[in-house]
Formats: sequence, C-alpha cells, structure tokens
Amino acid sequence: MERKFKLCYVSDECVACGTCMKVCPKSAISINNGIKAKVDANKCVGCGKCAKVCPASVMRIGERV
Amino acid sequence: MKKQWNDYLYIISALYLILGFFNIMFAWLGLLCFSIPIIISIVKGNKAYCNKYCGRGQLFQILGTKFKLSRNKDIPKFLRSKWFRYGFLAFFMIMFINMLFNTYLVFSNVKDMKEVVTLLWTFKLPWNWVSTDMFSPWVYQFAFGFYSIMLTSTVLGLITMVLFKPRSWCVYCPMGTMTQGICRIKHRGDEF
Ligand code: SF4
Ligand code: SF4
Ligand code: SF4
Repeated sequence: MERKFKLCYVSDECVACGTCMKVCPKSAISINNGIKAKVDANKCVGCGKCAKVCPASVMRIGERV
Repeated sequence: MKKQWNDYLYIISALYLILGFFNIMFAWLGLLCFSIPIIISIVKGNKAYCNKYCGRGQLFQILGTKFKLSRNKDIPKFLRSKWFRYGFLAFFMIMFINMLFNTYLVFSNVKDMKEVVTLLWTFKLPWNWVSTDMFSPWVYQFAFGFYSIMLTSTVLGLITMVLFKPRSWCVYCPMGTMTQGICRIKHRGDEF
C-alpha cells in the first residue's frame, strides 16, 4: 500500500485539544502530557484524516524519513 | 469506533445553555467546566478533559461536520500564536474577576442586581423573564455574569466554527490554553 510511505507530523503549535485522536482510524495518536499530540509511526498509515480536522492546522502528511 | 458514554457529553453542553435560558440558576453548573479541567491538569498533568470529556468541543465538531456549518478553512496563523492565546486567556481572566467583583458589590449592597446577560462584554440583553426571588440577589448576579461568559464564548466559538474549522474555538479557548499551560509547567524539563 502506497500510503504506508506517508507519515503524519505534528508541529509545536499543537494545542493538545485531541480532535485528531478521535478520528484516527488506526488509533495512532496519543496525548499523554497535555502539551502535544504524538503520532505512533508504527501505526500511522498517513491517511490524513487527522490533518483534515485539526483546528489549529498543525498536522502535515509527509514522506517517511 | 464504538461510542462510549463520554461521546454524548455534547448533549449536556447544549442542555446547559437551554436550561439556563429558562432558569438562570443553571448557570452555576458552569463552574464544573471551569474546575474539572483545572483539577485534572493539576493532578494528572494532562488534558483529558479536552481530549475526552468536553461537551462543548464535541458540540462544535458535530455542528461543523454533521450539520456542515463550517467552511473547513485553516485558522489564521495569528489566532494560534502564543501571544493571542495567552493574551485572550489574560483578557478572559480579567473579565472573570470583574464579574466576581460585580457579584461582590451586589453581595455588599453597594449595587442592585441586574437582570441582564451581557454578550461579548458589550451588548446588554435584558433577561427579565426568569424568576429571581428564591435566593439572595448576589446568587443571581453571579448566575447572570456566568451565563454571560458561557454565552459569549459559545457565540465566539460558533463564529470561528463557521469561518474556519469546527473546533477552532479549542485553539484559543481559555480553559484549553490554561490547562495546556499547567501541563507545560508540570512537565518542565521532561522529554517528549
Ligand atoms: S487536532 Fe491538532 S491541535 Fe488538536 S491535538 Fe491534534 S494535532 Fe494538536
Ligand atoms: S494520518 Fe491517518 S493513521 Fe496517521 S495519525 Fe493521522 S489519522 Fe491516524
Ligand atoms: S479547548 Fe476548551 S472547548 Fe476545546 S475541548 Fe478543551 S475545554 Fe473544551
């Protein structure tokens, strides 16, 4: 699957609202410290659902490095 | 994903505004959405309230997506800047203290209780269909003040919901900013 080569990145301007967490089909996002969302690179398939709903628009789907 | 009980808290948020419309005393319950997030962030060091239990965030999300009331555009950069977020929090706190001070003035009989809900800190809406003779006047003064805050933030949230993304309010919501700030202080020096 081509999508496997994409990954979601979160910038430091994240407000830790958790909107992204609710829509991720792979449950790849967690916010443990109330500061910033964290994406589990092993679970994320780069579908972009999270980036679409993020109210702060701080998520970016990019190539895996 | 299976729905859980906390996915329905938006109903409580909507009910709060509706019930407050008919009986201003319901406004007092709003203290819960001030204290619970702060307690969670201080005790647990996270934003579980925003992430799981905030009905207001859910309400905006539903109105914006299911009811398609949002343009789904990116929020302007300045609205998500630190300056704006913390500035708005400071402004909000000052207005909150001002509201408490007004309550105090009524409590000490310096001022009379006013049956008014103030929208956006400017527009005074006469609110005289509610009965205000069960408790002392200051109890009602606080309720009117608190309801004003809740209604104002809802209106602001609705405006940014329509203009930008459904949960745009969460970017500059004073409770969200404050709890994130508390978490930052709590996790100072941690790696993340
Ligand atoms: S939706 Fe955006 S701002 Fe909110 S927690 Fe996720 S990445 Fe952060
Ligand atoms: S891109 Fe898709 S899989 Fe990856 S974190 Fe976002 S919603 Fe989850
Ligand atoms: S930022 Fe405010 S409105 Fe959004 S989830 Fe948190 S407390 Fe609720």
